[in-house]
Amino acid sequence: MTAPPDDCLARNEWICGDYLSTRREILLDAVGQHLRLTSVSVLIALALAVPLAVLARRWGWAAGPVLAATTILYTIPSLAMFSLLLPLYGLSATLVIAGLVLYSLTLLVRNILAGLRAVPEETRQAARGMGYGPVRLLLTVELPLALPAAMAGLRLATVSAVSLVTVGAIVGFGGLGNLIYAGMNTYFKAQVLTASVLCVVVAVAADLLLLGVQRLITPWTRARA
Amino acid sequence: MTTLTGTWEWLTDPAHWSGPDGVWRRLLQHLVLTVVCLAVSCLIALPVAVVLGHLGRGGALAVNLSNVGRAVPTFAVLVLLLLTPIGAWGKGPTVVALVLFAVPPLLTNAYVGMREVDRDTVQAARGMGMTGRQVMFHVELPLSSPMILNGMRIAAVQLVATATIAALAGGGGLGRIITAGFNLASTPQVVAGAVLVAVFALIVEGLFEVAERLAPPWARGTP
Repeated sequence: MTAPPDDCLARNEWICGDYLSTRREILLDAVGQHLRLTSVSVLIALALAVPLAVLARRWGWAAGPVLAATTILYTIPSLAMFSLLLPLYGLSATLVIAGLVLYSLTLLVRNILAGLRAVPEETRQAARGMGYGPVRLLLTVELPLALPAAMAGLRLATVSAVSLVTVGAIVGFGGLGNLIYAGMNTYFKAQVLTASVLCVVVAVAADLLLLGVQRLITPWTRARA
Repeated sequence: MTTLTGTWEWLTDPAHWSGPDGVWRRLLQHLVLTVVCLAVSCLIALPVAVVLGHLGRGGALAVNLSNVGRAVPTFAVLVLLLLTPIGAWGKGPTVVALVLFAVPPLLTNAYVGMREVDRDTVQAARGMGMTGRQVMFHVELPLSSPMILNGMRIAAVQLVATATIAALAGGGGLGRIITAGFNLASTPQVVAGAVLVAVFALIVEGLFEVAERLAPPWARGTP
């Protein structure tokens, strides 16, 4: 009979290099799932939010109901949201994505609408005077000018989504949350800490990436600085 | 359809409402946890924010704290706390995590509210001979109350949500009905629990809406 190995895994330490080297693939898989769930849901939310915000801007009466509906959705706690969608999607990744889409919608619609509303009336008049039709006005003047506010909303939505994915562990699709959940049940400290830290790293990295994109696509906001 | 009727049957069965695992007990746990943590968070955040706002210092810290709070997953912090010595205190991890996440929005809103008070108004109060302390309590604090109330609303709704997640880490509250439903593989119970939590969260949001309407005129936010 061999003696149990005396390493940081056996001693159940919080910080453990052996954990990183032996569970590399598990960690990478979890990060991959985390990134997929986050990016797919944020992209779907964005595809829904832009037309909603544009419609709310065009027809003033639509703004109230659209904002109210998305805000009510935002109020529902994440665990409850995932559970409410359970009969529709079952225990699947789609369930987690659907929940995250509903959450991101509030932040995105609110910010895109604020950006569209902040476009100065003179600018719109000038574009109309130059013969711009409504579609061209929207695509080449209003939407670009709304970009800084929209990107702020996108960053918020992405960071929140990264953190909310962990709750998806309840249905088995929680990315790094799965490792945290499993680590909790087995009191595996290194796994819980490593997965938690990775989760924050992913959130910060996503935020910085979007900040970089924002600077690239809105060069005019930097001219004055 | 079967889920809908199943959920209705679950909710209307009196056996599910009584007893130590019943809805009433879980609702009470959820309510007590939310109220206690909101009170503790306000006691921590508001004095700090009001003094910082009055002095005009630490603004970047207060605002950044709130953004960082979004990046840190609540569930991860709950589990981490559970595995530390705090985990031995029963409700300790839940309370600490809840307060930790409720403080930033309270702090940020109160700070911004204090700073947004019209500088001319502050100057006028000074000119009338008010001391710094009088300006803080009788001018800045009342004028920033809409923002403070709004911060409390955000914190309260967030507390309800976090108290739900606490059930994943062995805590009590309404979330427990959902996690128990998952363990029993009972979709009607999961959905019934989710409906109860969602209604509870919306009631809290609605109560703050009413509070904002009933507040004195200067304490109402701009429509």
